[in-house]
Amino acid sequence: MESGKGEKQSGASILVKLLERQGISMVAGIPGGANLPLYDALATSGIRHVLTRHEQGAGFIAQGMARVTGTPQVFLATSGPGATNTLTAIADAKLDSVPIICITGQVPSPMIGTDAFQEVDIYGMSLPVTKHNFLVRTTEELLEVVPEAFRIAASGRPGPVLIDVPKDVQAAQICVNQWPEPGQADPYPALDLEAIEQAAQMINEAERPVLYIGGGVSQSGAASAAMCLAMRSSIPVAQTLMGLGAIPRDHILDLGMLGMHGARFTNYILEECDLLISLGVRFDDRATGKVEQFCPDASIIHVDIDPGELDKIKTAHVGVTADAGEFLAALMPMVEAKARAGWLSRVAELKAEHPFRTPGARDPRSPYGLILEAAKRMGEKVNVATDVGQHQMRTAQVYPLTKPGQLLTSGGLGTMGFGLPAAIGAALADPDTPVLCVSGDGSLLMNIQELATAVEQRANVKILLMNNGGLGLVRQQQELFYDNNLFASEYTHCVDYVTIAKGFGMNAIDLAHASDPGAALEAAFATPGPCLIHAPIMEPENVYPMVPPGAANSDMIGGEHAHSEPCTA
Amino acid sequence: MPTANPAPHKEDQTAMVQLELTVRNHPGVMSHVCGLFSRRAYNMEGILCMPVQPGLSRMWLLVPEDDRLKQVVTQVSKLHDVLSVERRGAGSDDFQQLEAFFRQPAEAV
Ligand SMILES: Cc1ncc(C[n+]2csc(CCOP(=O)(O)OP(=O)(O)O)c2C)c(N)n1
Repeated sequence: MESGKGEKQSGASILVKLLERQGISMVAGIPGGANLPLYDALATSGIRHVLTRHEQGAGFIAQGMARVTGTPQVFLATSGPGATNTLTAIADAKLDSVPIICITGQVPSPMIGTDAFQEVDIYGMSLPVTKHNFLVRTTEELLEVVPEAFRIAASGRPGPVLIDVPKDVQAAQICVNQWPEPGQADPYPALDLEAIEQAAQMINEAERPVLYIGGGVSQSGAASAAMCLAMRSSIPVAQTLMGLGAIPRDHILDLGMLGMHGARFTNYILEECDLLISLGVRFDDRATGKVEQFCPDASIIHVDIDPGELDKIKTAHVGVTADAGEFLAALMPMVEAKARAGWLSRVAELKAEHPFRTPGARDPRSPYGLILEAAKRMGEKVNVATDVGQHQMRTAQVYPLTKPGQLLTSGGLGTMGFGLPAAIGAALADPDTPVLCVSGDGSLLMNIQELATAVEQRANVKILLMNNGGLGLVRQQQELFYDNNLFASEYTHCVDYVTIAKGFGMNAIDLAHASDPGAALEAAFATPGPCLIHAPIMEPENVYPMVPPGAANSDMIGGEHAHSEPCTA
Repeated sequence: MPTANPAPHKEDQTAMVQLELTVRNHPGVMSHVCGLFSRRAYNMEGILCMPVQPGLSRMWLLVPEDDRLKQVVTQVSKLHDVLSVERRGAGSDDFQQLEAFFRQPAEAV
């Protein structure tokens, strides 16, 4: 505890001071009646405020910041509609385990429960989508609640926390004699060495092991440790959407993404494995397909920092509640070096028999070609944000990611509208790294108002808008699973995105008019600041392979015919 | 209208188990616990909550003993305001004793 000066100050200025003590230097949000005291205090603080155009945008900006820094980040909203607008971004953070703290204004305490103007029970509404939430009842409580919120958001499996602060609590003046210590992540739980020994033995005895790694590995900073394990014991590595980037694309042990839009060979190799080493994953149905048929012959080692994930979907033979990095550090000395020539040659054989097909990879006017061309022109120092849809899956399939956490995508909730604000947050939190935001016309429209924020903040965000005139992934499902009954998945009205972007004051180019798309991308990327690149996608093309929802991963549709060219990335 | 023969409380044959939670006593804690059960689609047959000392309450939950119980106990234990979760022994019949009280007024109507 550091002693305060002891003079009276408002709850709002206490709140701001507590944020500063947590190391918060930037917050996103929108003011309104119930959080005006907080904004008044913020005005004179050292914290940079990013005024967004929608509270969901503020939530995703905070997510973008949190995903690149790995530390809890804050966003602000007023009561009522401001508060309800935050919920999607909070739910998204819950499912992807992102530490964000939402501070909402609330009507004054005496008016709570009276249906006052702009009163909603955001405490009740946010309950199922937060890791924890608080309704602050007195100004004194702020001193406890704020550090506690940061501790909870950062500890164990990170997640969102909401703090609802009534206006009178912000306004009331109290003396602070002692400032609390900033909230920090709890230490990790003690390791179960016996279980780890057992895991090592299983790995040493396995004949056909596969590593299955997810967001927990990236978040724990354990990607290189996982690579060491893979290389020492010759274990191929499959990744979830959230785990991508942990292993370089061209690595011999890389199996890419598994599951619904994974490569055929990836899902086939998993089907043959006899040991599944699952690190920081939660056996999401998009990854496992029909869970009863997922890795049918495999014993399972499951390591997760959240004990609630163990045995939730699949019962593990060895389950360990641990941070992935700590687990790997303890495990490694017990793992024998193995060449596994037989297994690796089988893996190579399956890769050769069922390669990943990327039709149009050499044509920058087709979806895969465009993503690969953009990746080439952006270079390695880049963060990549996506929205949700076909463009997202294609990016996940082929973007040459080189580091964990480099891909910012809405994995668990699959929220259209995530991309642009998350990209802005990433660009503001790490100004030296440009952000490529791969988006679709459906998704971009969900938070298009944040173009104004990007321009105002000079965020170095390059939006690659793959415009297929509708909701591509929905169209694909209707075509494949609903007798091609295309309904409500195509836009009959055409929006001029280049003019829209320019109207927001953003640079914009149209690849439709570019004679050399690669050069046009190069020029757009070389200009600092935000830019929108409009890329019309002429022919509707499905993303393959695809596991039909509810089917086993081995029942993939498409992606096997040789008329398409193999990936050149 | 009283029925001639009150139906047994538990219609199905699932065995019940009693969980004892020690929780921080504040106005949101009930929502946190009940919300968790409802959103994980896990039934709760009975609930009883009383303060035990300043700042602390005890909650008894009567829940079906099925395959998902372990998962639900893990999830409940993760709640910030839940300080401990214990399974009451097989012999604990607190809810059965209470059942008599609960049925009385209905019979009297
Ligand atoms: C907020 C929200 N609403 C609806 C959906 C359902 N959905 C999933 S993908 C998709 C289409 C996305 O279209 P677009 O952003 O243009 O991407 P494309 O698939 O065309 O690349 C829709 C509507 C969703 N994921 N999120």
